[in-house]
Formats: sequence, structure tokens, C-alpha cells
Amino acid sequence: MSRYTIDRLSSRVMLAFGVASFVVLIFIAGFILRESMPALQTVGLFKILFGTEWYPSYDEYGILTMVFGSVLVTIVSLAIAVPLSLGAAVLLAEVAPPRVRAFVRPAVELLVGIPSVVFGLVGMVALAPLIADLGGKGSGSSVLAASIVLAVMVLPTIASISEDSIRALPRTYKEGALALGATHWQTIWRVLVPSARRGIMAGAILGTGRAIGETMAMVMVIGNAPIFPTGLLSPARTLTGNIAVEIAAAVGTHQSVLYVTGLVLFVLVMIINSASLLAYKRRAD
Amino acid sequence: MRVAAQTTQKLAFGLIWGAGGIAVAVLLLLIGYVVLKGAPAIDFEFLFTPPRGGLGGEGGISSCIVSTLWIVAVTMLLLTPLGLGAAVYMAEYAPENRVVGFIRYSVELLAGVPSIVFGLFGYAVFVTVLSFRFSILSGALTLVCLLLPFLTRTAEEAMRSVPRAQREAALALGATKWQVVTRVVIPAAMPGIITGVILCIGRTVSESAPLFVTMGGSSGMPDGIMSPGRTLAVHVFYLAMETNALEKALATGAVLVVLILVTNLLTNSISKRLQAKMMGAR
Repeated sequence: MSRYTIDRLSSRVMLAFGVASFVVLIFIAGFILRESMPALQTVGLFKILFGTEWYPSYDEYGILTMVFGSVLVTIVSLAIAVPLSLGAAVLLAEVAPPRVRAFVRPAVELLVGIPSVVFGLVGMVALAPLIADLGGKGSGSSVLAASIVLAVMVLPTIASISEDSIRALPRTYKEGALALGATHWQTIWRVLVPSARRGIMAGAILGTGRAIGETMAMVMVIGNAPIFPTGLLSPARTLTGNIAVEIAAAVGTHQSVLYVTGLVLFVLVMIINSASLLAYKRRAD
Repeated sequence: MRVAAQTTQKLAFGLIWGAGGIAVAVLLLLIGYVVLKGAPAIDFEFLFTPPRGGLGGEGGISSCIVSTLWIVAVTMLLLTPLGLGAAVYMAEYAPENRVVGFIRYSVELLAGVPSIVFGLFGYAVFVTVLSFRFSILSGALTLVCLLLPFLTRTAEEAMRSVPRAQREAALALGATKWQVVTRVVIPAAMPGIITGVILCIGRTVSESAPLFVTMGGSSGMPDGIMSPGRTLAVHVFYLAMETNALEKALATGAVLVVLILVTNLLTNSISKRLQAKMMGAR
């Protein structure tokens, strides 16, 4: 074969590789939808989405409690993680001396990719008993425990993206504010942080996506009761946890409803990610 | 007024040091906790005997280590050519039009899909429809789908950072596009590609949810890609949820943490070498 033939062939083959991710996305959407169909037909989307009772053995398949559980845990964890990450980002970008940054930044980066089961395990062994002592019920598995574990997990992501976006600002912003007589803090709070808000938003949205998709760590610390949590110390169940806990034993309609649960997650994350891509794009403009 | 502003600044910086300090301290404490609590239970026997099962979580983690190695090997064997091919297309061949823009967008979206949804997909397709059953193969194929967008993006960025002039020089010498790709672009982008591959290995080791639903979770010693298995990360989950052996769970967690730290250190040193090389070239 001449090198020209190889060249022509290879460009075709590369095209086939290039669309692989796209094909996988279509297949995932297609298969999840296909497996969801039986439940959507027999039970109905409305009854699944807005039903509040989850008793598969009595044909009760409402997942509203878990939608609520997922959203609540995500919101609480972000309420903890965003201020802490923003503090860490401002500290590393503006306040701390370079030596501190030179140590802290690599240390935090080393922790990216620590398995979520490890976070879940520490939550179970160290955090949950503490919460039980503070007035939680039973083992201390609760919305609060889950939110704290999640917050710690998404912290490095939000902090490093926020720090990068503060550092990416033109020097002139800072110099201009300081030249006008603003203190360092006024410069940070009224000029730098507002100017970097799109990047910070993008980080927070990325964190939201990760939080809502987290599975095993949530199963380990949230108690998995399919109920509306009555407070932060009450147990709950997430959409992801519902799938993981029940899929192995589920058949028929029950199994199909779990695919609907996956479909709901898929749609939720698509919305969140589109928002994040949009935020990034605007930042680039 | 000036004095008030100074006081506010002092207060605010105090808060910032507090928040940043808490954030970093919590992360480091958490890792320290796992490693210190887990380390005493790790010995030769723990690493080289299989789990014996039961409520007491007797035994070690040898079969889980073997399962993890299997999953990493099979996943990377399938993922690397696919991801590199996709990256070559995106970086070198793809025209800048709407269709490619749409493909790029779908890669981004796929990267954000929760891993448990990939697990559901793998369960439906690989375990059931293709009847690979609960097996290492099903788990690995699921992870290939999960990691494909990540590897594609990382390798594409590495290839894009190769200077245009190098491609043009090769083309001017009469090389075909394919020769340029295989002999100029890929070798020059190699450090970045290797970094991406190592990161994927790290993610394979730490992923649990999709493997929990596609690998069957058997704690026996796997004897091939069609046998079920349990990776270290999934083992931590089983130990924590189904046994009283929390010290064994912590020990397995410590092994995992050390594995990931080594992986990250390796990635850092490679990307530093890459940077040094680029600086030298300039």
C-alpha cells in the first residue's frame, strides 16, 4: 500500500473514532429511554415524578422524595462548599504569601481523584457518630452528614477554578482600584471577585453537577430512607443511591422505574451542564 | 473613614484565612485520618490473602487487587486507542463547522453524565443485551464509555499545543498528513497524552458506582475477563456497608489513597518534565 492510500484510509478511520463519544451519548440516551418505556407506559411519568410513596413490592413507584433528597443535599453542600472555596481561592490568589500557596496548591491538587468511597468511609466512621452525639437519630446517617461529605469532595474543584479565574484578571483592574485609594480588601471584594464571578459561577455549577451525580459516598452516609427529610438530621435517599441500592434485585416494572430514575438524573445534569458551558462561553467572550 | 476601612480589611482577611485554613485542613485531616487509621491493619497477609467474606470481614484484599489490575488493564487497552483516535480527529482532521461543533458539545455533555447512569447503561447493554453477564469485561466496557470524553479532551489539548510550524515543516518536506500525525504530532504530544492516560488509570482505580452495578461484586479470585470481580474501591463499600470490619475498610481505603497519591505524583512529575522541555525548545 502506498503512503497516499494509507493517508486516505486513515482519515476515514479517524473520523469514525472522532464520532465515538457522540455515538456513546446517543446510545446511552437511547438505551436508558428504551428501558424506561415499560414503566412510563404502565405507571406513567407523572405518577413516578410526583408520587411520594416508594414501595416497589406494592407497586408504589414515586420518586419525589428522592428528587427532593438529591436537590436538598446538593444545595446544603454547596452552601457549605462555596463560601469555603471562595475563601480559599481569595486566600491563595491574593492574601497568602507565595510560600503558603506553593505548598497548599499542590497539596490540594494531589487530593483530586481520591475515591469517593474513601470520603464516604470517613463520613461513616468519623462524622456520622459525631452527628449522632449532637442529637441525630440512630447512627447519625443524615442529610447533614451527606452534605458535609459532599462539600469536602467538591471543595478542591470549586476552589481551584475560582482561584484560576481571579488570577486570570488583568493586572490593571487591581492596580486601578488601588491607585484610587481603595484598600486591598475593597479591591478584592468590589473589583476582583465581581469581575471573576463568571468563572466562580462555572466552578460552582461544575460542583453542582458532581454533587448531584455522586453515588456511593451518599449511600454510605445518608441512611437511604425513601422519605421526605424532616430536617438536616433526618435520613433521606438520593436518586443515585436509589439506583445503586436496588438495581441488583430489581426486575420488571421495578427495574424499569430505576431506569426512569436514571433518566431524571440524566436530564437534571444536562440542564446543569448546559448552564455551565454557557457560563464558560460568556466568560471567554 | 480610612480607619474603618482598615479595620474591615483586618476582619475580612481574618475570615479569609479562617475559611481557607478550614478548607485545606479538612482535606488534609481526612487523608491523614484514613492513612493513619488504616495503616496498622496492613501487613503481608492482608495484601496477599483473599477476603473470606462473612460479617467479620475476615481475610485480606488480594483478589480485589487482582480485580483492580484486570479492570485497569482491560479498560486502558480498549480506551487508549479509541481516545487517541478521537483526539487525532478532533485536533487534526475536524473542520470547524457546525457538525464538529455539535460533536464537541456532545463530548462535553457526556463528560458530565453521572457515573451511575453509565452503570445503568452498562447493565442494560453489556450485562444484559450482549450477555457478557456480571464480569470484568462488562465493567471495563462501561468505564471505557465513562472515560472516553475525558481522554479525548486531554489528548486533543496535548496535540493542539504542538506548534503549527512543526506540522508545516513536515508537510513542506512532502510528508502525507498521516505521516505528520504519527511521526510529528503524536511524539511531540506524548508527555501530555501519557499524563491523560495516567489520570484515566487513577479514575479507573477510584471509580465505584458503575463497577458496583456491572461487575457482580464477587470476592473470589478472577481468572479471566469473563469472571465477575470486585475492585478495591467497591470492596471498601462492601466492607463498610455489609460487615463490621471497619478497620479493614480503612486499611483498604489507605491502600487506595496511597495508590492515587502515587498516580498524581507521577502525573505531576511528567507534566513538569513536559514544561521544562517546552521551555528548553523556546
